[in-house]
Amino acid sequence: MRVPSDRWRVAALASFASIAIAITTPALAQKKYDTGATDAEIKVGNIMPYSGPASAYAVIGKTEAAFFNKVNAEGGINGRKINFVSYDDGYSPPKAVEQARKLVESDGVLLIFQSLGTPSNSAILKYMNAKKVPQLFVATGATKFGDPKDFPWTMGWQPNYQSEGRIYAKYLIDNHPNGKIGILYQNDDYGKDVMKGLKDGLGDKTSMIIAEAPYETSDPTVDSQIVKLKASGADIFLNVATPKFAAQAIKKVAEVGWKPIQIVNNVSNSLGGVLAPAGFDNATGVLSTAYYKDATDPSWKDDPGFKAWSAFMDKYYPDGNRTDGNTVYGYLTAQTLVQVLKQCGDDLTRENVMKQAANLKLDLDMLLPGISIHTTPTSYYPLQQLQMEKFDGTRWQRFGPVISGEVGG
Amino acid sequence: MPRLNNPRVTLAIIAVALVLPLVIQNFLTFQLTLVLVYAIAIIGLNLLTGFNGQFSLGHSAFYAIGAYVAAMLMDKADFPYAMTLPVAGIACFVFGFLFGLPALRLEGVYLALATFALAVATPQILKLSPLEHWTGGVQGIVVNKPEAPFGLPLTEDQWLYYFTLLITIVMTVLAHNLVASRTGRAMMAIRDNPIAARSMGINIALYKSLTFGVSALYTGVAGALGAIVVQFVAPDSFTFFLSISLLVGLVVGGVGWIPGAFFGGAFVLFVPNLAESFSKGLSGAVYGVMIIVLIYVLPTGAAGLTRAASRWWRAKA
Repeated sequence: MRVPSDRWRVAALASFASIAIAITTPALAQKKYDTGATDAEIKVGNIMPYSGPASAYAVIGKTEAAFFNKVNAEGGINGRKINFVSYDDGYSPPKAVEQARKLVESDGVLLIFQSLGTPSNSAILKYMNAKKVPQLFVATGATKFGDPKDFPWTMGWQPNYQSEGRIYAKYLIDNHPNGKIGILYQNDDYGKDVMKGLKDGLGDKTSMIIAEAPYETSDPTVDSQIVKLKASGADIFLNVATPKFAAQAIKKVAEVGWKPIQIVNNVSNSLGGVLAPAGFDNATGVLSTAYYKDATDPSWKDDPGFKAWSAFMDKYYPDGNRTDGNTVYGYLTAQTLVQVLKQCGDDLTRENVMKQAANLKLDLDMLLPGISIHTTPTSYYPLQQLQMEKFDGTRWQRFGPVISGEVGG
Repeated sequence: MPRLNNPRVTLAIIAVALVLPLVIQNFLTFQLTLVLVYAIAIIGLNLLTGFNGQFSLGHSAFYAIGAYVAAMLMDKADFPYAMTLPVAGIACFVFGFLFGLPALRLEGVYLALATFALAVATPQILKLSPLEHWTGGVQGIVVNKPEAPFGLPLTEDQWLYYFTLLITIVMTVLAHNLVASRTGRAMMAIRDNPIAARSMGINIALYKSLTFGVSALYTGVAGALGAIVVQFVAPDSFTFFLSISLLVGLVVGGVGWIPGAFFGGAFVLFVPNLAESFSKGLSGAVYGVMIIVLIYVLPTGAAGLTRAASRWWRAKA
């Protein structure tokens, strides 16, 4: 009879097939891919403000692209080249949503890396988590981007703004307990985050703050805010502004003949990007915090980490401004991502990317001695340590110990 | 003015618009939805500028109000998304009408300046801390994306596209009828010669304020749709630059020609991306050059181009 024999044949075929699958399954298990990863390449998306008010940060994206060129030239990661797709959002939230969707749905990236700015990252936070696409090492220190419980697909990188604010509070209480603080801050999450850290840190001494002057990123200058702060009689000036505005503020403070103790926040401590345009004379004596090596500090001249960075800049980003700290920032973040992808091995699924990102113990040689990257599945803040520094007219001089400003949640 | 009222042309366009999302990527569908949203806002601006001869640099404010009304209703009051549109529209109409009453006594550039103030003030007002409970302050409001109803086998993006398309068609037909009506003729009479219009018994202040209100209504509905589509509102999404973008869209599409809004919407959405693909650092400059070239080559926008094309077609036939 034909029918049973056919059945037999089907059964035989099926058993062969299952054996074949059983044999090949371990081999398949070794290589697992989500959209954006293949044997040949890993597609990494990025969103940067190449235009608009925060365009000074675009150096970060350019440095990262240069670093991935270096990785690719040296054979890639486990044999795979990085395809870095970077788009401009002009620091505008709806544009960031459009670009994130383009990266995920049209370009098919494995993850989005170092999307920049608090407003832009807030705008795509929910989308990325709904799509379960890693939003890795966002270029903002907003405290909310380290919430593994509610947003397991989003992770920050740099020390968060609240810890930074706490560190300034601690410094001011210890050194200028009778100071009158005037604050310039950007009127968004970022500015308010630093403010919250500062106020939490000041505790019952919050009355030290006698004037607050917010500015909008759409403002052309912050001149009127500086005039107002000077008029308030403050003798400590806390400059919580992005590079362009921070430089304007330092310059204006000198122009109006105001001589307060100045602290400029960490995102704007770049020698080339902020202090040079503000004028080194005007910036002498300004305080800030640091967590990575300042490339313009000659004491690192023979440091192996500095030498490696310098060789990278010479070869892959020769027209980059070496006095702009953002070139070091981009170099460090790109190294962090490379480490995550290395740890992933051949399991390049989005889930494994997040698993590896939340399991980092990494010493990078351009971080300051004593500062390292550390994450766990419950701690999504890779960096939490800072050191105070002072500008002496030519370069930053670090002083005091490495301070940890851990914040809960 | 050229007309797309040839039923065959209209039907063909609608048929293409209906099929398109079934064959393209979700992301492109999302972009097309935004084109429609901008088109509605540009129709609103066109009613004011193209048909009534008044300039506004403040339409980003109405767009923002529409968007925030929709987002707040969905976020705080659990309103169904479709119901937020009429509320947003009415809120904007009232606001536009009231703003129009005193402001419209100003002519030309002075009105432009008054509306400019509105555009500049709105993002800052949205950030005020007393309102933060409602507006979410600088963080804005994240809105959930509506799913296709009745178990339709559509993705969220496709459904939103069809929903927006339906609203767009209704709004376009209404605008078309308004312009063709007695009221529309009064609007245009005020544009062409206010003194003659007044002597014919047209209440200029009332008509101007009403036009301003209707224009704000259109832009508000567009804002509400925009909030639903982008799923996020924040004060910095509605800066003065948005007003300018709408104005660019209006001029590119053709002042005083309703279908031009679709060309304008597409221009505003796609051309900046195109400019970025030429040069990342100079995208703004490239965009500027493109606008200048376009204004030189096509001073009357897409309207002029369509008119020339149809003339050529008729001459050939």
